[in-house]
Amino acid sequence: MVDKRLAYKETFDCVQCGYCLPACPTYQTMNKETHSPRGRINLVKMAAEGKISYDDLKEPIDMCLGCRACETACPTNVQYGSILESAKEVLRDETKRSKREQFIEHALFEKLLPHSSMLSIAKFGLFSYQRLPLQFVARKTGVLKAVLPKGMVAFESILPKAERSKEKKSNDEDAPPGTVKVAYFLGCLMDTMFSTINDQAIQLLRKAGVHVTVVKDQSCCGALQSHGGDFKTARQLAKKNIEAFENGSFDYIVSSIGGCGAMLVEYDHLLKDEPAWKERAERFAKKHADISIVLAQSELTYNHHVNHTAVYQPSCHMTHVQKNVDAPFELIAKVPGLNYVPMDKQDLCCGSAGIYNIVNYEASMDILDYKMPAVVSAKPDLIITTNPGCHLQMKMGVEREGLSHQIQVKHLVEVIAESCL
Amino acid sequence: MNENSNTTELVQRLRAKQLINESRILTSLSDRASYAYDASFGHHIPEVVIQPTATNEVSEIITLANELHVPIYPRGQGTSLSGGPIPVYGGVVLDFSQWDDRLEIYPDDMIAVVSPGVITSHIDEAAKAYSMMYPPDPSSMNVSTIGGNLAENAGGPRGLKYGVTKDYVLGLEIVTANGDIIRTGGQTVKNVTGYDLTKLIVGSEGTLAVITEATLKLVPRPKAHKTMLVLFDDLIDSGKAISAILREGITPSKLEIMDQASIKAVEAYQPTGLPIDVEALLLIEIDGHPLAIEEEAEEVQECCLKNGAREVQIAKSAEEASKFWQARKLVSPAIVQVKPTKISEDATVPRSKIPEMFRILKEIKDANNIDLVVFGHAGDGNLHPNIIADVRDEEEMKRVEKAVGEIFEAAIALGGTLSGEHGIGTMKAPFMEMELGTKGLALMKTVKESFDPNNILNPGKIFPEKGQKLVLRDG
Repeated sequence: MVDKRLAYKETFDCVQCGYCLPACPTYQTMNKETHSPRGRINLVKMAAEGKISYDDLKEPIDMCLGCRACETACPTNVQYGSILESAKEVLRDETKRSKREQFIEHALFEKLLPHSSMLSIAKFGLFSYQRLPLQFVARKTGVLKAVLPKGMVAFESILPKAERSKEKKSNDEDAPPGTVKVAYFLGCLMDTMFSTINDQAIQLLRKAGVHVTVVKDQSCCGALQSHGGDFKTARQLAKKNIEAFENGSFDYIVSSIGGCGAMLVEYDHLLKDEPAWKERAERFAKKHADISIVLAQSELTYNHHVNHTAVYQPSCHMTHVQKNVDAPFELIAKVPGLNYVPMDKQDLCCGSAGIYNIVNYEASMDILDYKMPAVVSAKPDLIITTNPGCHLQMKMGVEREGLSHQIQVKHLVEVIAESCL
Repeated sequence: MNENSNTTELVQRLRAKQLINESRILTSLSDRASYAYDASFGHHIPEVVIQPTATNEVSEIITLANELHVPIYPRGQGTSLSGGPIPVYGGVVLDFSQWDDRLEIYPDDMIAVVSPGVITSHIDEAAKAYSMMYPPDPSSMNVSTIGGNLAENAGGPRGLKYGVTKDYVLGLEIVTANGDIIRTGGQTVKNVTGYDLTKLIVGSEGTLAVITEATLKLVPRPKAHKTMLVLFDDLIDSGKAISAILREGITPSKLEIMDQASIKAVEAYQPTGLPIDVEALLLIEIDGHPLAIEEEAEEVQECCLKNGAREVQIAKSAEEASKFWQARKLVSPAIVQVKPTKISEDATVPRSKIPEMFRILKEIKDANNIDLVVFGHAGDGNLHPNIIADVRDEEEMKRVEKAVGEIFEAAIALGGTLSGEHGIGTMKAPFMEMELGTKGLALMKTVKESFDPNNILNPGKIFPEKGQKLVLRDG
């Protein structure tokens, strides 16, 4: 019998033409069909038919970044995302997870991300950890290395200095008629480590004449949970957000995070089987817009020169899931002094992919090392990103190339803010 | 698939030689299952997948396979539409996709020397830097390997003017069934020294020898292109227009046709503004010197209008040209919206018989009650009748199998051939005798046996098994 929990029907849409192969980062770095979209779809189909075991399926699925570049490359619109999600959810139930996986996920999902109270504690923890000699002590004594997996240790050294996040306030007065009204989505990781980017984003929106509301009770988007196959939690978080954002009339729900935005625009898909939520989720998903779209449409004044030679690393989830490709380029073109240079392999995932670079550290570094030569040969002094995960990964890439003193990494919002604020 | 102890021994003895890194010998079920298919039908799991990256590795593997009678299935990136790389008898899949280290252009000799795993389009891109071109352009060229193209003698839209893969091969390095490394042909256009083994190997679908390197001919890159979109109320008229253009002395670089069903499917999927009441649409591209093609474009327009075209649009910019081609590109995604299974045929007829072939295809469609659209390379008679079905619907698939047989019969009756560019593989093997006759097929078999007496090279392809029939259902 066919395992109905897997997206078996969807696998038949794949005509196995192989056009996805060149677009797949893991096919490029792992060098076998097993780690390609066509290969994974075949294996999901075989697992559903009972021809291979769930254990056989586990590694190929775990190794997928979920960057979804294959969907853009596919000539027959195969819903790879649905196939991948179904496999992750089934594998979570049917296969044994390593202690390390459990530890990381427990630490991230259940303790850190979804609860704003836990979040502020964790944020404070991060804050004091970086400011106090503890960081020095931990690095010196190797305490971290003993406790944390290799990926976390590696990233620990490049974490940005956490700022005590200022409470973000909504506009005091009501919006005058005709004003664009947006609700701003903070994002948990973003508001922890890149809090100033959220501040700048809100300032830019206001400067552009947009009325901004920071909705209370908003939650984590659920992207990291769904990457890990924990759709139960992801659905709960989605419902919390839908409830939080539907009290008020907004033209857009705006976020500055490629990955969160991709999750938000798929809430309708996530809740498609829940009649009570389906329509509400559709309304929510339709309203979402990345900040680049809203800013590109607005009439901001670009006052200051930003004298950099820059490459742009698009967030895969913004490109392939949100399908937002042009707006960041339009903004980059408007910044005076900014010399944008195209780079080879621009659309190739950097290997960050949610918590992939922590759970699958080596595989992720292989992808980063495959990408970086293209960055280096474009000779930039700035890499522009649109997602905190990509941001940290590109910083890691620059460090691995020994170019930390030459190449900066900035969010697009920071670049626009430098020119406009 | 039965576990073949000889394959196990082959792997053991290969490992003992320590020639190939363990990471390139794939034995896990999930790895092997990932090389069980191509872009056509059929699913057979090999016993091992080996990824060679040097000629001596291939030679060692084949020497062992010949001694142990283990089947060898060479594979590029698995984009074949005829079952070429499917390991129907298990054994070893030789995955050449990782062997792409050599892509050298010699501009003074106008040749390229390539490893078998080089992606086809990368050759043309490398040639472009020297204002040269590698013309063969199968639609999978951004994915397919040159090794696979050579084995299948792949072609594409540019076939009309520039020919197909075999027309660009000057020499090969091959490994024979007993493991010998041999060079055929050379580096020159003129070469009549002995039998033309190069041309024999090209298109032999991996059944005579394994290709490990190729020397390819390049041509000067045309300076300019012009694309035209022509609409016809009557399909027969479009055929007449094609003949008129060619008689005028103009050889378009591409000449593609879409029938009404294809146009309707595209417009239903992603409206591009094409009228759905026309019977045929031609996409014509001419290339050459900018001044010459200005004049030729006028002549093509005149030929079309004189022969009943409703409308001729000439692209004014590269963007507009790519908009025209978008319609053709959308055919495949558009037709699978209805049902997921796509059976893409490539029966080819003499150019003058295209209207007749269209008429018969319509009869086959109606008689078997199947979803059939026709598009393809009208200029060289290479049509792509595509049947859309659902592989899970057994009754429908039986009707499809019958219709496919009738398409082949029709093509041969009109003086055409089973396959213009996809190859025979497993799918068309049952129809070989119909085209070649008993003696013709027997002669080919004699060639096969003299090259590969133990039948280890891609067994199960080209030659039908006794009583073999076309089966598109699971197998």
